[in-house]
Amino acid sequence: MFLKKVALAGAVAGLMGSAAFAADCGPSGKSVRILGSDFPAIQAVAGAAEANCAANAGEFTINLRDNTRDMMNQALTPNPAEYTSVIVANSTLTQLMNDGLVRPLDEYVAKYGQHLKPSQLITIGGKVMAVAFMANSQHLYSRTDILGQAGVEGIPATVEEIVAAAEKIRAAGIMEHPIVMNMKVGWNVGEIFNLFFFANGGELFKPGSAEPNVNSPEGIAALGTIKSLLEYAHPDHLSHASNETQGLWEAGKAAMAIMWGSRGGAVLDDEGSSDEVTSNTVLSAAPTAGGGSTPAATLWWDGVTVAKNIPDEDAEATFAALVSGLTPDLMEEHNDKAIWLIEGFQAGPAAAGVSATAAAGAKPYPMIPFINLMHNALGSELVDFYKGDESAEDALADVEAAYRTSAKEAGFLQ
Amino acid sequence: MATKAESRLTTLRAVSYALVITWLIIAAFPFLWTVWGSFKVQGDFFSKADWTNAIYGILTTRETGGAFTLKGYYGAWIQEEFWRNVFNTMVIVFFTVCISLTFGTLGGYALARSGFRYAFWVLMAALAFRAMPHITLVSGYMLPFFEWNIWGLKATTVIVLVAINQPFTLWMLHSFFLNIPKDMDESAMVDGCTRFQAFWNVIVPVMWPGVITTGLFSFLLAYNDYAVTSMLLSKPNETMVPAVASFLGSVQVQGNIMFAVAAVVSATAPLFVLILFFQRQIVSGLTAGAVKG
Amino acid sequence: MKHRTFFWFILPTLSAMILFIALPIVSVFIQSLFVQHEQVLVVSESCGPFGCVEETQVDTEATAKLREEQPLGQFNGLATYFDRSHLASAEIAEVWHTSTGLSSFIDGIMDLKFYKALVFTLTYTFVVTPLVLIFGLAVAVGVNNLPKAFRGVAIFISLLPFLVATIVGSMILSWMVDGEGIIGATLQNIFNDPSLSIKASTPLMWIMLMVYGVWHTLPFAFITFYAGLQTVPQDTLEAARVDGANKWQTMISVVVPHLMPLVSFVTLMLLMDNFRVFEPLVSFQAEAHAQSLSTFIVSDLREAGNPLYASASATSMLTILGVVILLTPVLIRTWRDFNAKVH
Repeated sequence: MFLKKVALAGAVAGLMGSAAFAADCGPSGKSVRILGSDFPAIQAVAGAAEANCAANAGEFTINLRDNTRDMMNQALTPNPAEYTSVIVANSTLTQLMNDGLVRPLDEYVAKYGQHLKPSQLITIGGKVMAVAFMANSQHLYSRTDILGQAGVEGIPATVEEIVAAAEKIRAAGIMEHPIVMNMKVGWNVGEIFNLFFFANGGELFKPGSAEPNVNSPEGIAALGTIKSLLEYAHPDHLSHASNETQGLWEAGKAAMAIMWGSRGGAVLDDEGSSDEVTSNTVLSAAPTAGGGSTPAATLWWDGVTVAKNIPDEDAEATFAALVSGLTPDLMEEHNDKAIWLIEGFQAGPAAAGVSATAAAGAKPYPMIPFINLMHNALGSELVDFYKGDESAEDALADVEAAYRTSAKEAGFLQ
Repeated sequence: MATKAESRLTTLRAVSYALVITWLIIAAFPFLWTVWGSFKVQGDFFSKADWTNAIYGILTTRETGGAFTLKGYYGAWIQEEFWRNVFNTMVIVFFTVCISLTFGTLGGYALARSGFRYAFWVLMAALAFRAMPHITLVSGYMLPFFEWNIWGLKATTVIVLVAINQPFTLWMLHSFFLNIPKDMDESAMVDGCTRFQAFWNVIVPVMWPGVITTGLFSFLLAYNDYAVTSMLLSKPNETMVPAVASFLGSVQVQGNIMFAVAAVVSATAPLFVLILFFQRQIVSGLTAGAVKG
Repeated sequence: MKHRTFFWFILPTLSAMILFIALPIVSVFIQSLFVQHEQVLVVSESCGPFGCVEETQVDTEATAKLREEQPLGQFNGLATYFDRSHLASAEIAEVWHTSTGLSSFIDGIMDLKFYKALVFTLTYTFVVTPLVLIFGLAVAVGVNNLPKAFRGVAIFISLLPFLVATIVGSMILSWMVDGEGIIGATLQNIFNDPSLSIKASTPLMWIMLMVYGVWHTLPFAFITFYAGLQTVPQDTLEAARVDGANKWQTMISVVVPHLMPLVSFVTLMLLMDNFRVFEPLVSFQAEAHAQSLSTFIVSDLREAGNPLYASASATSMLTILGVVILLTPVLIRTWRDFNAKVH
């Protein structure tokens, strides 16, 4: 839904021609120190901020690294903090907010954020805590040639259709294991459960409390759905993360995949694969399951925050610098590096899957303080079920027990 | 009698050669495979289609026109400026090894020569210290380092690496010093040397095989360290291993795995030179006669 | 050696260790005794690019007030050590009461991750350690017998498993054992079973990890023993030869005893490192089949988002305890040697 609007707005902006945008960098001579993960979209945003405002700032540093998540809380705790801004996603904003390390941005948005769209503002309890600039989600990748060869019509839209198509492909002797998905033990296993749990209408916690709610009919249905897909998945699936699944896809070893939208660009480009694969790959919405209408996906965003333990003027300059980059000009230069939420974005084929998934009403990844603990418990305790050593009920009971243990320690449960 | 002993000896020798050669093949094969593969594109080296692609370079030919490509090396060294990381590694490793060995030889010598019970307990404590998982230690360092504003510096990492490898260094050197007869330094002391003079004039000249070997491991531990360097260094001070890790990508992007492979292969070259340089010290052993005492 | 001299010799190393290891251990132990305060939760609306939802949030101010009153958290005693993620005393008691026989009791215990990890770790430790010791010594003696010209090259090649940064080396090996990789595909050919997959089978994965463990740590034992061999006194060897001992007898009666301090040292280090096995598990993506205490610590400190310090601290202390128990036999030996050398 929202992406269609973005595309429309972008087209309009394109027609009018981008207006010259003079960056307002806030108070001058201040210190701007940005921490973020290292990938092209963040490089583009941080780079634009630097180009616009480095001259105005007294100090301007960008530190993009891999293990941002493991160090950001410690880095923001001292006063003054090591960084004035961290670029976060849904789950990492939660992690910072749990320790109260980011500040509300309302006054800065009013002053410097006129060009931002209201949907970019991440509002929690009435306060703007982050400004999102890009989106991501899991969705379906299909090989139309193989589906056609096996006599499947159209692109599967539900898990049941995917399983039926996989069976046809297997029966036709084209592939023994036509499905790939990120099932690596740990974070990925937990995330896959989330997808199908939400698709089956589940809620991870009892409303208004930290009590777990996964050992439920929806939980068992979700595990059943996943198991039905795994029947046709590569035997090594418990060791597959994005790099492996993308590798299998590009080698032409799979016909249907549930992978991240952010991999779309790399899958569709001419590197690492053959024409046969890339020209027949179609990105579409994540499937629904069990007759529900919610796609099996979680929607993610990446956005900017401002640290709490820093001087107010540094904070203002940091915010001004970062949002000065989130403009149609940035889109013109970096349109294909991400699925942007910024004014001016033109959704290409690589963004089609995420757009369709969001339009179909997928759920955002929850920003609940104890979500990481649940995710962690799911990631480690469901393995026995997938290996066939345990029943769905027992595995989910183990998840709840493991979650309870850590939630008690973290003070969420007593 | 003599012939029988000799023939047994040759069988023994044949077995030992066979064992060494087998081991050398097993040890070298993955490395040679990596060197070969570093001149291919990722689709070949990590081929999901057919492993022989890694040998013949089917995709490499399709994508670059030749069966070999220097893309990985170009990407790592020029595009990603890997030489900066190499430089940082050299600085950090050099100081770590020097300080570790200085602290370790002094301590190890004292522990090997002290007859008192507490020396044993110091050794035991060092061992218990080493049992502490590094990852717990590193997580604990982060907050104080940020507060004191020393996080991210090369010097901080050097000190941490020295400290957490000290138990290993201490134990290894202590074991080597136990192998050097006591009479050597004690007779020097009878001749009027102080303990330190005896250590300096008599022990230091003969301790090199042990020190070089220990130094080699201090070197490798610092050089290969990921747990400490990935968390405690800021981006400009980053060493090779975390840099290589960052080539591998994340959920968001696939990364440039071939950059990592090329970087690792080229980082091994200086080590080759280094080991050839020091092998004399390891190979030649104690100076003849020194240990006869 | 006089106390004073000893003190000055040991001072630098000891102060480094106390500052960076001993004090952190004390602080980790203290942290393991506390758990976090009760978090004050509020339900509020959160909005973003994908619409608005009612979500639970932490009331940071109220929680901060609690935190200020007791900065360490709530005292929990040793309860963390006995909770489900660690020794799981309550769960074991329950399994004991509900189990119908030995096998169901074992199944119940194996469902607890701590014990599952312990079984793998101990198996790994007691398979890898002796193999590395034996092969390390054998290779060291073999290389020592080589003509001098070849020794340098042999040493360099032997070190290669150690030289190639683990993070990339194991990635390549991990690909090799994949169903599509060179080793995995060769195994499939040998056993004529196209569905054979090392990564999907727990026993095969364990074997794989242990083979890798031996391969990766053998250089350490090899080099240490090799350096030790250089210090074997030539006249003792000569004397043994004059007495008519053959190579094998000399080896057993002269060389091995001479290397004993190094053997103890290598054993200690290997036992300790193997017990804390971590990197191979990650690089072979073996988490589905094998876990160790170290993987739990990483999971508590990293994967949990906001670290679970108490749990990670308790696991760390249990690791130290486990290592000390494991090393006791070797330590008793060292103690005897120590006393024998002294008196």
